Amino acid sequence: MSQLETFYDVMRRQGITRRSFLKYCSLTAAALGLGPTFAPQIAHAMETRPRTPVLWLHGLECTCCSESFIRSAHPLVKDVVLSMISLDYDDTLMAAAGHQAEAALEETMRKYKGEYILAVEGNPPLNEDGMFCIVGGKPFLDQLKHAAKDAKAVIAWGSCASWGCVQAAKPNPTQAVPIHKVITDKPIIKVPGCPPIAEVMTGVITYMLTFGKLPELDRQGRPKMFYGQRIHDKCYRRPHFDAGQFVEHWDDEGARKGYCLYKVGCKGPTSYNACSTVRWNEGTSFPIQAGHGCIGCSEDGFWDKGSFYERLTTIPQFGIEKNADQIGAAVAGGVGAAIAAHAAVTAIKRLQNKGDQA
Amino acid sequence: MALEKSLETGDGQEKVRKQTAVYVYEAPLRLWHWVTALSIVVLGVTGYFIGAPLPTMPGEAMDNYLMGYIRFAHFAAGYVLAIGFVGRVYWAFVGNHHARELFLVPVHRKAWWKELWHEVRWYLFLEKVPKKYIGHNPLGQLAMFCFFVVGAVFMSVTGFALYAEGLGQGSWADRLFGWVIPLFGQSQDVHTWHHLGMWYLIVFVMIHVYLAVREDIVSRQSLISTMVGGWRMFKDDRPD
Repeated sequence: MSQLETFYDVMRRQGITRRSFLKYCSLTAAALGLGPTFAPQIAHAMETRPRTPVLWLHGLECTCCSESFIRSAHPLVKDVVLSMISLDYDDTLMAAAGHQAEAALEETMRKYKGEYILAVEGNPPLNEDGMFCIVGGKPFLDQLKHAAKDAKAVIAWGSCASWGCVQAAKPNPTQAVPIHKVITDKPIIKVPGCPPIAEVMTGVITYMLTFGKLPELDRQGRPKMFYGQRIHDKCYRRPHFDAGQFVEHWDDEGARKGYCLYKVGCKGPTSYNACSTVRWNEGTSFPIQAGHGCIGCSEDGFWDKGSFYERLTTIPQFGIEKNADQIGAAVAGGVGAAIAAHAAVTAIKRLQNKGDQA
Repeated sequence: MALEKSLETGDGQEKVRKQTAVYVYEAPLRLWHWVTALSIVVLGVTGYFIGAPLPTMPGEAMDNYLMGYIRFAHFAAGYVLAIGFVGRVYWAFVGNHHARELFLVPVHRKAWWKELWHEVRWYLFLEKVPKKYIGHNPLGQLAMFCFFVVGAVFMSVTGFALYAEGLGQGSWADRLFGWVIPLFGQSQDVHTWHHLGMWYLIVFVMIHVYLAVREDIVSRQSLISTMVGGWRMFKDDRPD
């Protein structure tokens, strides 16, 4: 087989003019938050770089990441799947099934050893030797380790692969773990969210294919360009927060006026994601814009942090769940009472001593 | 050092009592104490209202900036506390030996443990006569370390980690304290621990103020005036 087609070849073959191609490069540069000087770099990369094969595995998950991905508008997922990447294996999106599908996986792994990108949606359960998730007759754990062995880089799609998400929530009967617990020798890009924003997913892939390297990651392995700030930092309701104007109840005047949702438990101040800038469904809206606080779905262990309507984590003790302020107030009250009692005894003792001396 | 002082008793009969005084707290240390006390009050009040904001402000957003002011006061007081603490550590090196008591608890000394036990018994009303101390009593010293030093360091580290979230990635606070967030799990966990830390320091302040007032009255040495003027006065001349 001759050399794989470049992105540019594929686009030209699809009848896209060079002018449109260059426009596309400029738009991509803008979407990635890069300056206009990057557009020629993107064009050059797309003219010379062969399409990169991507293997997309599905572990314990709900397919919400795939559902989100296929709704990407900028760039259109059609462009990503058909033109930019060569999605050689994705059991929910590919035409092949059964043995044919598994054969495609093996073939890509062999042919592009050390060159392909492994995208993982969902995570592996470790309990009972991984028997809680079977793909192609074998535990998903085995498939994941096998496919990761020769990958160039690994993308962890969604909160499942990145943190564990709902299947790893307490008590986690299947012992589901995020993929970085299993794949320890490859660079992993975490794209958390339940699901992640479609444009963020395609943006990460576009960046990697265009520049042939990983995007800049933060301490926890998330791409800085999309996860560098909290929802709160770019929220359009932020002026109401700074002014001290809050929704106190779901049906009050503040709710109608679109005040800050901080007091009804919005997790925007503790959640790193691009919802308040990129938004959802072609930039139509996002939860806070729809009047509901952020639930922090892109944060580690968000299922186990207590109510979605409280800003403090629930602390379980003796079967009674309280948050930090309730515990603190109770302790401070107790100490106050103890101080009062101690002061009273001190005073009595002192009076007694005075009596003794007299 | 000693100074003579004549005291008048209630019935007019004049008694001369000898009071010994020792210079314990130097001026920078006393200044630090009161600045820190003020900043803790500001931090506690503003911190509480950041966690549980006041009722909604009327009018337009552009006419109000309440949360902005509260948060500014919190961050400013946080800087004062942290920088003051760094200065206090410096003073432990260059100040007199009492300045080191806050940080160095002599747990290796057997006599210290014995006096600690005596002090516990004194607070439980099992000892009739308290001992005299020039610096901290052992129980006070241990409590100052466990509550104040540990508490202030914990609150500064978690506080600046949260502050770094606002300053953004790559900021000085992020480079110095950004590692705290993944250590606790995520931002919300750090917030929760920072709240618990607030209550820890509130409990410390309650006990600290109560015992300072109580000891000032019933013990054999001055406490509150010592932190104002620096001199420790003893109320009697008996040894120990």
